[in-house]
Amino acid sequence: MSLRFGIAVFPGTWSDRDCAHAVELSGAVAVPLWHADRDLKGCDVVILPGGFAYGDYLRTGAIARFAPLMEAVQEHARAGGPVLGICNGFQILCEAGMLPGALLRNASLQFRCQPCWLRVERASSPFLGTLQPGQLLQVPVSHGEGRFYADEETMARLNAEGRVAFRYTDSSGQATAAANPNGSLESVAGILNERGNVLGMMPHPERACELLLGSDHGLQLFPAVLQQLAPRSG
Amino acid sequence: MVSLKEVVNDPQGLVVQEALHAVGYPEVGGARVGKFIRLELEGPDQEKAGARVEEMCRRLLCNGVIEDFSFELSPV
Repeated sequence: MSLRFGIAVFPGTWSDRDCAHAVELSGAVAVPLWHADRDLKGCDVVILPGGFAYGDYLRTGAIARFAPLMEAVQEHARAGGPVLGICNGFQILCEAGMLPGALLRNASLQFRCQPCWLRVERASSPFLGTLQPGQLLQVPVSHGEGRFYADEETMARLNAEGRVAFRYTDSSGQATAAANPNGSLESVAGILNERGNVLGMMPHPERACELLLGSDHGLQLFPAVLQQLAPRSG
Repeated sequence: MVSLKEVVNDPQGLVVQEALHAVGYPEVGGARVGKFIRLELEGPDQEKAGARVEEMCRRLLCNGVIEDFSFELSPV
């Protein structure tokens, strides 16, 4: 039986169809999940895609995190179910307290839409299972508020526990200031929760799934989950 | 009032400060950009209203990871 990926749709979500395409390319089934429902429809994995949920009013993700669907997503994550938040989804996960830190206005004050290099920092997560630490992926970012911030203590803990999933680097894997598109603390592009089943990242792997679009590196995140979960779900 | 914590870099505030310098206000030593939210509440009990507003700030209006808040109440 194919794995089911639930893809959350809030008013203002814009990357849900790209996520569904990536999921289908990986051989799984994409199931849209409406923000006002509490039902995950038997999905094995939940993706919170990019966009501007509820207009991003007040703060990015601040209102979306109270959506009825988020209760079910939190429950799913508590039970160890994989959750991937991309861009706005990452912002929602931080607002919901499912990941530490926050995403602030880009240091440049500009919306940045550009290809970026990511260095994989860790691989023991359902989403990173087939990747190697140190591996470089070319994946685009597209956001105005992606500057990761956490207080010193939290950042030290993320480092100590190996919970930084990706950092922005140049094409040789160096995390330079010039390669950091938004001024994120320590070039952080993605982080994991304590158990490793919740991943939040600002770059869009679903937009790097076809060579026609410049890179298919993003596609590697989706089969990683399939491989990890396959024995469990038969 | 919801504002970024002092330890959080505020690039918008820095640009405002630079702009004020550029138009002739060199005495501006710092600028922070925050949010002003006006709420209208019903009920005569100020103390109760204050407790409710504080809760609203903690749950929704302010993200304690990056922001601080303050508020004042006045009868309408």
